[in-house]
Amino acid sequence: MDFPYIVEPRRDTGLYNAKLGIWLFLASEVMLFGALFSAYVLLRVGADPGMWPHGWLNVYIGTANTIVLITSSITTVMAWVSCKQRQFGRFKFFHALTILLAMTFVCIKSYEYHDKFTHYEITLASGKFADGHLVEKSKDFDLAKKTGRVTIHGYEVEHEVELMDMQRPEARNIHREEITIPATDIKKMERYGPWHHTYLAIYFTLTGLHAFHVICGALVIGFLWGPGSRMWKTDPERFTNRIEVSGLFWHFVDLVWIFLFPVLYLL
Amino acid sequence: MEKLVHTFPPRREHETAHGHDDHAHHDPGFWRTYIFSPDHKVIGIQYGLTSLGFMLFGFFLMLLMRWQISKPGVPIPLFGPLLEKVLGSAAPHGALSPDLYNSFGAMHGTIMVFLAVVPLAFVAFSNLVIPLQIGAPDMAFPRLNMASYQAFVIGGVVMLTSFFIPGGAAQAGWTSYSPLATMIPTDGQIFWLVGMVFIITSGLLSAVNFIATVIQLRAPGMTWMRLPFFVWAQFVTSFLILLAFPPLEAAAVMQLMDKVAHTSFFLPTGLAVGGQLANVSGGGSPLLWQHLFWFLGHPEVYVLILPAMGIACEIIACNTRKPIWGYKSLVYSALAIGFLSFLVWAHHMYLTGMGTKVAVFFQTTTMIISIPSVIILTCFLISLWGSSIRFNTPMLFALAFLPMFGMGGLTGLPLGFNISDVHLHDTYYIIAHFHYVVAPGTIFALFAGIYFWFPKMTGRMMNEFWGRVHFWGSLVFMNVVFMPMFKQGMAGMLRRMADGGANYSAAVNSKAGAEVIGGLSRNNMELHTWILWGACVLGLVQIPFIINFFWSIKHGKKVDSDNPWNATTLDWQTATPPPHSNFPEAPRVYRGPYEYSVPGHDKDFTPQNEPPK
Repeated sequence: MDFPYIVEPRRDTGLYNAKLGIWLFLASEVMLFGALFSAYVLLRVGADPGMWPHGWLNVYIGTANTIVLITSSITTVMAWVSCKQRQFGRFKFFHALTILLAMTFVCIKSYEYHDKFTHYEITLASGKFADGHLVEKSKDFDLAKKTGRVTIHGYEVEHEVELMDMQRPEARNIHREEITIPATDIKKMERYGPWHHTYLAIYFTLTGLHAFHVICGALVIGFLWGPGSRMWKTDPERFTNRIEVSGLFWHFVDLVWIFLFPVLYLL
Repeated sequence: MEKLVHTFPPRREHETAHGHDDHAHHDPGFWRTYIFSPDHKVIGIQYGLTSLGFMLFGFFLMLLMRWQISKPGVPIPLFGPLLEKVLGSAAPHGALSPDLYNSFGAMHGTIMVFLAVVPLAFVAFSNLVIPLQIGAPDMAFPRLNMASYQAFVIGGVVMLTSFFIPGGAAQAGWTSYSPLATMIPTDGQIFWLVGMVFIITSGLLSAVNFIATVIQLRAPGMTWMRLPFFVWAQFVTSFLILLAFPPLEAAAVMQLMDKVAHTSFFLPTGLAVGGQLANVSGGGSPLLWQHLFWFLGHPEVYVLILPAMGIACEIIACNTRKPIWGYKSLVYSALAIGFLSFLVWAHHMYLTGMGTKVAVFFQTTTMIISIPSVIILTCFLISLWGSSIRFNTPMLFALAFLPMFGMGGLTGLPLGFNISDVHLHDTYYIIAHFHYVVAPGTIFALFAGIYFWFPKMTGRMMNEFWGRVHFWGSLVFMNVVFMPMFKQGMAGMLRRMADGGANYSAAVNSKAGAEVIGGLSRNNMELHTWILWGACVLGLVQIPFIINFFWSIKHGKKVDSDNPWNATTLDWQTATPPPHSNFPEAPRVYRGPYEYSVPGHDKDFTPQNEPPK
């Protein structure tokens, strides 16, 4: 008994097996990210007044990354179209672009992560707060032993609330300079890592999970571009289906970012 | 039937596979045949054996706990010294420490739900039966199916490993409520979460596979309303898994972040641990975990029960020799249950302070969802009416499923109303209620299914006499174990107390005398002993089953045809055991699934693929 509908669609559903499979998988992915988005909503609604941050991320970088990912979706479609038109060379070209764009996205994302991990909020012994990017730590800097000093490029504020909204008009006029603080003046020093604030927690979790999807998708597309493309010679229609299915996944990953970008960067 | 056997003699895996791209080799060898096989029947058997093993292990954890509840601090006979040797100070003098009791409690729940009943009821039975019943050559994605089993095994191994790490396995219950789960100083919780991510992933892959199989690979003529109810039940279950598991996966990732990256998803501002302000950023929401957990957790209840209903339906129809009563009502009820099960989750959270308006909403949906469940049970009961029932072992288990599940369901009503739940919440009443649903309910149906499909998979019957010993023993002692818990719970005995309430009872009674409500009477405390011995005997009566199961594989009575029960569905219309790719050619379906005793026919069953005259 032959295995049906691997390549040709079943008449009453109009789908071949893998296409239905990927749609079902994407449904579960919607629930996965949906749960994280609803977690975002609950955390944001439940935050103390004024303590939900705005403008902590660079909108320009985020926009650039959005464009990168949307472009990669276009090249994915073009790659599939090329397969349908039986133009293998064009397929190779477009999916090479897709993989490059995926790598670009991950690189830009890593830069953003790096930026957060070098960003410190320092609670001073005076009760004030210093905030900025690390310039250098003196060699003997040790917070526990209270020795040495740390230099950041940033500014000081009276209350922690003032660090939250970086989109307000006054935030544009903040004057940043290099501040050197001795360890004896520091009560607590914390990077903008996921432990720093629930906003950053959900930011790192959502974008981390999304980046994981980007990397996995790129690996699959890379496989189909490289060793997996041998199937082109034996069964081009089935290979085209594989490109379509991996493309559907890629569009979904793209779509998640379309929601992530406004939620995390703009709102 | 005989003709069929001669025309299509049983072929084993290594014989030629027709046009199957995954099977280039002619003789795949031991490893490819039994361990890394993409064949749905092999995977089903793998799932079945693994999950039965986990079920036995989970049962064993429970026995140790019952000993501790009944005789707090008394060394466990036989296994105590072994436990002390393996786990060290967690089991001093061979008795359970309270921490170890918590571990066992959490892991008993986790193992029973996620590693035993779901993989057995849902994955193992679906794998074995669905492709056969719909006339498909295999699952839609055979290699994905294999990956799903591998992920499941990895998850199980991670869970089991956590018993042996310093600090021991997870201790915060199978529900793993934060902040408790995050703040207990053992890495067992990390193992639990990582294990869950693997198990959930495995479940998702299976669900995708089953849905795709049912939609795409139905044989010609197998329309939706000709599907056996078992397939419908598993189909709905697959959707529950597909849509309800991912939120728990998300929650597990977040709790993992709380544990590993020290985020505060579920940790509120001002959280104090051990009298000290915890060093966390705060701002998180403990309720968020509960919402995400129960968003899975309640559909999960129906993941446990729907496959059982499907199995019971097949067996009842076959052994009453009558069409099942109200096939369409069954199908629509299953669909209604599937839909409504996403709208009832917060009835687990009446006591969390989420607000009375929310509670009223969930109380209402909870009452509504009981309607389709009652319809299904009623259809089964009416199906028995006026039939001459064949009382074989599978039928006995399927029949016992009805009242046992009924009791589980009816005792759930007081828990669904938030006003009575306030009193019953977190007591032994709850334990009795959900165990009646799952243990004598679902697990009885699973036993029924094992006895029923065993001849299909092996070509031999299980022993009928020992099957009956297993049945009557299980039926009596299940009730001995769980019935007293209703009484204890209504008297106010709380669950999760490592000493079975001895300290609590003594403290309350000595302080304020008899007028204090909640002081536990001697009678209620002594029921613990009753339950302990009940549970031990319940364990003993499983031994005939285990021996019967393995003995019958080689020595059971051979089936006299491919269709020993004279059933109508397609799974019985192929060779025994079914060859690779199941059917020599795609069967054609001409009729509904339960055409038993059709007037004017020469025999009392008409297989689905029998052409009309």
